[in-house]
Amino acid sequence: MLFKLAYKNLEGAGLRTWLTVGVLSFAFVIIILINGIVNGFNDQAINDAVNWEIGNGKLQNEKYDAYDPFSIKDGHGILPDSKNKDLVPVLIRQASIYPQGRMVSVTLNGIDINQKLLKLPTILLQQSTEEIPAIIGKRMAASANLKKGDQVLMRWRDSHGTFDAANISVAGIFNTNVTTVDAGQIWISLKKLRAMTDLDKSTTLFIAEKDYKQERVAGWKFLDQDELLKDLRAMVQIERISDSIIYLLLLAIALLAIFDTQVLSVFRRQREIGTYISLGMTRPQVVGLFTIEGSMNSILAIIVGGIYGIPLFLYLSYYGIAIPAGADNMGLSMGEKITPVFGAGLVLGTISLVVISSTIVSFLPSRKIAKMNPVDALKGKIQ
Amino acid sequence: MKILITAILVFGSMIFYQNFPDGNMILQKVDDNMSSETNITESQMIIHGKRGSRTVISKGYTQGHNKSFTEYLAPDRDKGTKMLKLEDRLWIFSPSTDRTIQLSGHMLRQSVMGSDLSYEDMMEDRKLSEMYDVKVVGEETIDLRKSWVLELNAKVEDVSYVKRKLWVDQVRYVPLKEELFAKSGQLLKKTVMSDITKISNRWYPKKINFKDMLKDGKGTDFVVTLFSLM
Repeated sequence: MLFKLAYKNLEGAGLRTWLTVGVLSFAFVIIILINGIVNGFNDQAINDAVNWEIGNGKLQNEKYDAYDPFSIKDGHGILPDSKNKDLVPVLIRQASIYPQGRMVSVTLNGIDINQKLLKLPTILLQQSTEEIPAIIGKRMAASANLKKGDQVLMRWRDSHGTFDAANISVAGIFNTNVTTVDAGQIWISLKKLRAMTDLDKSTTLFIAEKDYKQERVAGWKFLDQDELLKDLRAMVQIERISDSIIYLLLLAIALLAIFDTQVLSVFRRQREIGTYISLGMTRPQVVGLFTIEGSMNSILAIIVGGIYGIPLFLYLSYYGIAIPAGADNMGLSMGEKITPVFGAGLVLGTISLVVISSTIVSFLPSRKIAKMNPVDALKGKIQ
Repeated sequence: MKILITAILVFGSMIFYQNFPDGNMILQKVDDNMSSETNITESQMIIHGKRGSRTVISKGYTQGHNKSFTEYLAPDRDKGTKMLKLEDRLWIFSPSTDRTIQLSGHMLRQSVMGSDLSYEDMMEDRKLSEMYDVKVVGEETIDLRKSWVLELNAKVEDVSYVKRKLWVDQVRYVPLKEELFAKSGQLLKKTVMSDITKISNRWYPKKINFKDMLKDGKGTDFVVTLFSLM
């Protein structure tokens, strides 16, 4: 009965109800949309990192630190053959290339050309007949103004620090969202790089395949996926927090509208409150009625939000959101589109957030009813 | 007939080489001339770029081969920048950021103030005679000065350039030109020395043009305006 009465009261309020419901539904849809986009970005970034860079973890030489360029020179070693099963070896050195007569510092990566773990198109290195074939990413190609088939002079140092120089040929350009394997990176055959640098059998790191069984090896450290994805997850978390400010503001505006409506109702509908009590309703029942009225705004908002939100979410889940060209340069590497992920947890969580918060803001002003004198209320005396 | 031709060629080349002085002696004299225990230098680095040239003025203090300190005096943009080299380590202090950083890896390969000199070029400090076997391969005249042409091949493993070609003044024992090669034989850098001046009892080039042969442009001129030996 209370629900029916509450709905009739809301219906009676007309435009005021629908304005509140409209704002609340907008906040509801935006919360789900923003979180869906962040979830989509998170999933995409993690999948790309796994597929292009980290595989199932990395076994790194202890002296090598990916964040310390000092460590590249000596951060390599020889892993016993018995220990390198289900691992893809990578040797990292530094070099310079000279496209169009300008010097560009690069990281030179030697990788097993038969690997199938990463999406790097190392098959192109197998197929090429050039002396030093190389594959590069689209960012590297753009910054060095290189295209497939181009040759560019590269200078590097061998294990003793002696300069060597030769032309490398661009065997292919790959398209990836993972900038760490693209920007400033050149990939060539591991065998070739070892010969070029006199670093026979040396490796900087190994990328673990699915079947790799982790074991302790002196001089090497294993970093699992969680460790390697720690920074990415932290970045997504920061993004999530900064985005939450926007939708919490929207939600606060909608909740403020409900709160205002409730305060006004308790003030203006004193005779009605008095009548309810005179007719036999207890004070908690009247408080409950007003609270239900307020929180029913959120139920209506979820229904209205669902009417225009569900088709929108379905459309975005299918087609994704196109990322404008050049967004890469803003710091975060993103694909050509982000496909938002709207999980059940996200939707149910948002519904709970909206319903509970609107119930609380509806209840707070209604508490005043419990202290009202019913006779004075019936007379319409301001209390 | 073949034997005769071979014998003539071998004998002829022996006579030819016998006319040249000992390369090690020349290289030793070059090292003695170019190295000093302690010196203070004020210099201009004229960097020729695509959109004109700019001049960087600096004052350097050098002790032996392993220690040097350089302070940049002009232009305003670089004024106050300081560089300290101790053996194989290099630090830079930048006044704009009020920070000191140690250069490493790829940063050492960056050019110094946009010049054709990289930081790692500045790190090369050993005497040539310690690093290379030398052979006199000819003589040429450069700017009216007769010079020996020396071919230097590394005798130690840890050198930056496996091969060098050096043109040395026959009287003053100062290099007039130098070419630096990669293991593959690719010419990497070229240095031309001029304005040779006598300071104390040794000859010293007051103008050096460094040219990275893999990059476009006219290279970088290094002009010594004040040189004092301690």
